[in-house]
Amino acid sequence: MASHAIEVKNLYKIFGPRGREFIDQVKAGLGKTELNEKHGHVLGLQNINISMPAGGIMVVMGLSGSGKSTLIRHINRLIDPTAGEVLYDGVDVCKMNENDLREFRRHKTAMVFQKFALLPHRTIIENTIYGLEIQGVPDAESRKRAQGWIERVGLKGFENHYPNQLSGGMQQRVGLARALTNDADILLMDEAYSALDPLIRVDMQTVLLDLQKELKKTVVFITHDLDEALRLGDKIAILRDGKVIQQGTGQEIVLKPADEYITAFVKEVNRGRVINVETIMKPLSGNAEGMPIAIGTVLESAARMMTLANLNVAHVVDTNGKPVGSLDLGTIISAMVTPIGHQLQAA
Amino acid sequence: MAICSYLPDLLCKFPAINDTTIRMARKSVDDGFKALVREYVNVIDALVQPLQWFLNYLEKLFVSSPWIVILAVMVAIVYYGSRDIRITIGTIVSMLLIGLVGLWNDTMVTLAMVTVCTFIAIIVGIPIGILMARSERAQSIINPILDVMQTMPSFVYLIPVVMIFGIGKVPGLIAVVIYAVPPMIRLTNLGIRLVDKEVLEAADAFGSSPWQRLKNVQMPLALPTIMAGINQTIMMSLAMVVVASMVGVGGLGRNVLQAINNQFFTVGFFNGFALVAIAIIFDRTSQAYGKRLQKHSEVIHG
Repeated sequence: MASHAIEVKNLYKIFGPRGREFIDQVKAGLGKTELNEKHGHVLGLQNINISMPAGGIMVVMGLSGSGKSTLIRHINRLIDPTAGEVLYDGVDVCKMNENDLREFRRHKTAMVFQKFALLPHRTIIENTIYGLEIQGVPDAESRKRAQGWIERVGLKGFENHYPNQLSGGMQQRVGLARALTNDADILLMDEAYSALDPLIRVDMQTVLLDLQKELKKTVVFITHDLDEALRLGDKIAILRDGKVIQQGTGQEIVLKPADEYITAFVKEVNRGRVINVETIMKPLSGNAEGMPIAIGTVLESAARMMTLANLNVAHVVDTNGKPVGSLDLGTIISAMVTPIGHQLQAA
Repeated sequence: MAICSYLPDLLCKFPAINDTTIRMARKSVDDGFKALVREYVNVIDALVQPLQWFLNYLEKLFVSSPWIVILAVMVAIVYYGSRDIRITIGTIVSMLLIGLVGLWNDTMVTLAMVTVCTFIAIIVGIPIGILMARSERAQSIINPILDVMQTMPSFVYLIPVVMIFGIGKVPGLIAVVIYAVPPMIRLTNLGIRLVDKEVLEAADAFGSSPWQRLKNVQMPLALPTIMAGINQTIMMSLAMVVVASMVGVGGLGRNVLQAINNQFFTVGFFNGFALVAIAIIFDRTSQAYGKRLQKHSEVIHG
């Protein structure tokens, strides 16, 4: 199945019984605090425009209350928007009727939840086949497909356990297996790893990245953790108070934070794992010196390779092995340690 | 009253509607109701006929089967329900004692009655409970009705029941069901409303239809609460069969009623204890069964 992009356009969400009445005022510039104080309505999302890449991982990052969970629920319309569009294959999800929406949820989307949301009275395998069961896929067939995914996420042997018998990390593997068994194009992950221990979280991130390499689904991943966002995201959007304040690749966000809020965020980031060699390489002068390093390698790996090879200089090569730039250890280290880069950019 | 000499008469003595008006109003309501019932007596009879058949059939089955068969079936149900040897032995001992004091047949009549009542209460109660859980409006309408049903003294609603259905088993059955169905409805409603919102959201996210959501998620997760409702319903029907004996329900209840009227202390206690024994058997079995249904929620992982 070829993956498709999701376009979110001019999306607004105002929580409250008369949300629609305030939409024009909000569009005209009524703020979140004012709306709440004067009218008792909560501005959930305002003017969201994100184009989520087909077959890539789109990370939406924000702290609690920023509207990120609200946003992901608009994609499968667990929450109805007050205004705006969510386009998938040119069809506005927000305008689907009940039947079309149900079919869309059954066949096009699958979701993983922060608190796992497994059915406690069903075994792992029964949980995993849930999506197929409600689609009406025959039991034997769905069990066969589910079994494959249970094994892929590393839960072989636990098929007949109940969710409560499993640890949090294992339960979330079930959540992931359940979503993957649906074989939907869109994978929605709502703070899927936030409830897990740091080590298990990294482990699960690896599982997702490995699977994504071959599945190429359109993944929308919600997180409040910038490191997680940078590790997973092909594209990242940062949300604050229901507004997108910056979107772009991880590198773009780390190197050119849009405002002080994001600057404060990225200060703590391990830059060596985010910035790629081609970002800091210098133009080739003369012959390619030192060892070749592939484009897309992060600075930390490059530094490790060069240190191991005991070399101070290297050159960056593109996918065809053609040298495109030069690199030395000093540049790498200064890019990894100093945030001067973005102070200059900001100036 | 001294204070009344300062107050106008209207504020001192409550201005009740005069007796003649009340009597007229009462008479017209009663007569109107009776006339209405008389008008539709055939329809009402036809409607309750299936209940009568069901009840008679079950009563006949219970009373005419050899006691050893009934006991064996009971023990089997209790054991498979509770998987508890103590409850099973308790059942055998109490049923044998009931038989020894000569109350076997009456107990069977009561058992048939309670079985039918519980069955009807479940059939009526669960759909109403589901309706209440789905709609705030339904809940706001049904809740006060349930309050009335539960607080109205049971003798009072025996009156319209007898006026409509006459004297006999079926009116007794209806009275018992009215008394016993509220916990069934309330706990079904509560059970469904308590289902974890996250799990429901997951069911929606995978595209469940309302029916699939009810069948796969809400009902199974509400089941322990619903079981508690069934348990309460059984207990309340057992308590109510004594009152229902006043309108012609046989069995242990009638013996108790006779014992009250004639001051038969021993007879009263024997019958009372027989009811208690049945109640405890039902209660322990249904509770143990309910608990077994929740086995999956036992947290094994720390």
